[in-house]
Amino acid sequence: MASGQGAAARLDVPRNDDIGIEQRLYLFRLQVEIRDCEKRAYDLFLQNLIKGTSHLSLGQEAIAAGFGVAMRKGDKSFCTYRGHAHTLARGAPMEGMLGELMLRDIGLMRGKGGSMHLTSVEHDVLGSYAIIGAHLPIACGSAWRAQYLGEKDVSVCFFGDGTTNIGAFHEALNFAAIWKLPVIFVCENNLYMEYTPIGDVTAVKHPAADRAASYGLERILIDGNDADVVLRTAQAALAKAREGGGPSLIECLTYRHSGHSRADPGKYRPPGELEEWMKRDPLLIYRQRLREFGVSDETIEAIEAESRRKVDVATAACKASPSAPVELLTTDVYADGGWAWRN
Amino acid sequence: MAELTYRDAVARGIAQEMERDNRVVFLGEDIAKAGGVFKATVGLYEKFGPLRVRDTPISEQAILGAAMGAAMTGLRPIAEIMFADFLAVCFDYVANEMSKMRYMTNGQLGCPLVIRTGNGGGVRFGAQHSQSIENWTMMIPGIKVVAPSSPVDVVGLMAAAVRDQDPVIFHEHKALYAMKGEVPDGEIVDTLGTAKILRAGSDCTIVALALMVSRALEAADRLQREHGIDAEVIDVRSLVPLDTRTILGSVAKTGRFFTVEENPRLCGWGAEIASIVADEAFWDLDGPVVRITTPHIPLPAADHLEDLALPSAARIVDRIRRVMNG
Repeated sequence: MASGQGAAARLDVPRNDDIGIEQRLYLFRLQVEIRDCEKRAYDLFLQNLIKGTSHLSLGQEAIAAGFGVAMRKGDKSFCTYRGHAHTLARGAPMEGMLGELMLRDIGLMRGKGGSMHLTSVEHDVLGSYAIIGAHLPIACGSAWRAQYLGEKDVSVCFFGDGTTNIGAFHEALNFAAIWKLPVIFVCENNLYMEYTPIGDVTAVKHPAADRAASYGLERILIDGNDADVVLRTAQAALAKAREGGGPSLIECLTYRHSGHSRADPGKYRPPGELEEWMKRDPLLIYRQRLREFGVSDETIEAIEAESRRKVDVATAACKASPSAPVELLTTDVYADGGWAWRN
Repeated sequence: MAELTYRDAVARGIAQEMERDNRVVFLGEDIAKAGGVFKATVGLYEKFGPLRVRDTPISEQAILGAAMGAAMTGLRPIAEIMFADFLAVCFDYVANEMSKMRYMTNGQLGCPLVIRTGNGGGVRFGAQHSQSIENWTMMIPGIKVVAPSSPVDVVGLMAAAVRDQDPVIFHEHKALYAMKGEVPDGEIVDTLGTAKILRAGSDCTIVALALMVSRALEAADRLQREHGIDAEVIDVRSLVPLDTRTILGSVAKTGRFFTVEENPRLCGWGAEIASIVADEAFWDLDGPVVRITTPHIPLPAADHLEDLALPSAARIVDRIRRVMNG
């Protein structure tokens, strides 16, 4: 057997189209792991082991996975408070993510940031931002640095549909366009700005795509629940940015299976809407996709079992981790590591 | 040694740092080709080119956000917010983002950048272009705040701010841009968090900042000449970090303490220093701590009204004389 066929042969399927079986299995694994981690986060809430708030990406996994697979080491992610999925998709460890939600010492920021500020510089996740719109200009700044220094990384900024109505969104889009920055703005349109339907508060039907023309950008509207579509769109936008072609604005249509945050049961949704979207669940779509490309149920189930095992291991590690030491209260306020503001 | 205006000192300080380090970049509205609305950045565009000195749209959030993202990933940006009042339209970046990034990420990310901004009144611009807002910025953990009162301090503190690893708000005083002063040749690098005793005295301590420094010095001369009161005048220069040692040392010597503040009275910067003096130098004091401030009002545009609002040398003399003799 030729060595190039080894991986495919082990997985009992042939190589397929431009995406290829390895990438497809990677996309699937990421989506499953994100789903399982988010479900675990929900369970941990109910056990009162996660305090404060939290914002789940259940139903939106394909976007994080598609970009996570498309982005290279060195490409920067800028996320919102709904950032668990994007943090995991760049390779940050589950116990670091869940541990931060549980405010334990094992967390990515040892409990100093909490669920809304997940950051892992080691994995190029340059922060999760909890003030709507704030990180779009910040991503522009990172892209400006790459442009100025001649570095080839791309800054990718994820946000929700509600962000398109705040000023920083428009300032950032104009700024990125006039400076032709290597930045990608990814709008996850899950139909609701927190509790209110986005259509009730927005002058155009597609809150991001319909505004692209205002900044001289192409209108890009995609199915955000199909990881293959997201991957291909991400790859094209990343290549364009790397070649000096400037920014992209991508609107991904998706749906949030849960409420806005832990406090929200989502009762404002019309009857039947969730059920309709569950038929377009990204995991349902992707399991079917894998079968179409000849992946066996055994392979799919093995990936799912491994994900559940990893989440269990991570959960156990988080539960065993102590709370952050009290010394952390006053560290890293200033660059000298401390908090002194006077002599 | 050369005589420079305060506005020319701004350009000199920025140029010194841009020559030293090509990671230093500069952005803002009208700062490049136009040389700044206060003409404080004339010549930088010509000297360092369009990649390092960049005009922006009127987008203060984009300016500070971009500066922050660039700083987090390796550049050393200087961002101009034309009038300090405009910090209110991008205050998220000051109050929530750059100041908290290092803490929230447990030290993973820092924001070494400088926001330079035209602060203060006395130029008849009315309530939205004249405020002294140094106290807004002083109260936020994670940022540093300086406000130079002379051309030489502009150059030295600009260098210190650019080289600092934390975000620094650099308050330039609009009414001082035409002020002239001697500036030594060669590289000048000052130290953040150091106050300067500009006039030694034995009877009372006056602390002042930015435009109020020259008024405090004039008042001290008149107090000496007309009332026989020998005042020590301290230019605070840096609100964060704060050089309390110099201030407390002076109070230990004089036993009397006054602040002269351009910001409106409530929660002005001097309130914090007064509180420190009351806490830590109480037994050194021979009389009440007194703050001389702009009243708790928006600033009027009319020249005679604005002059009444801001502490003047005459008001400083009158207040200190009555307190000291009372």
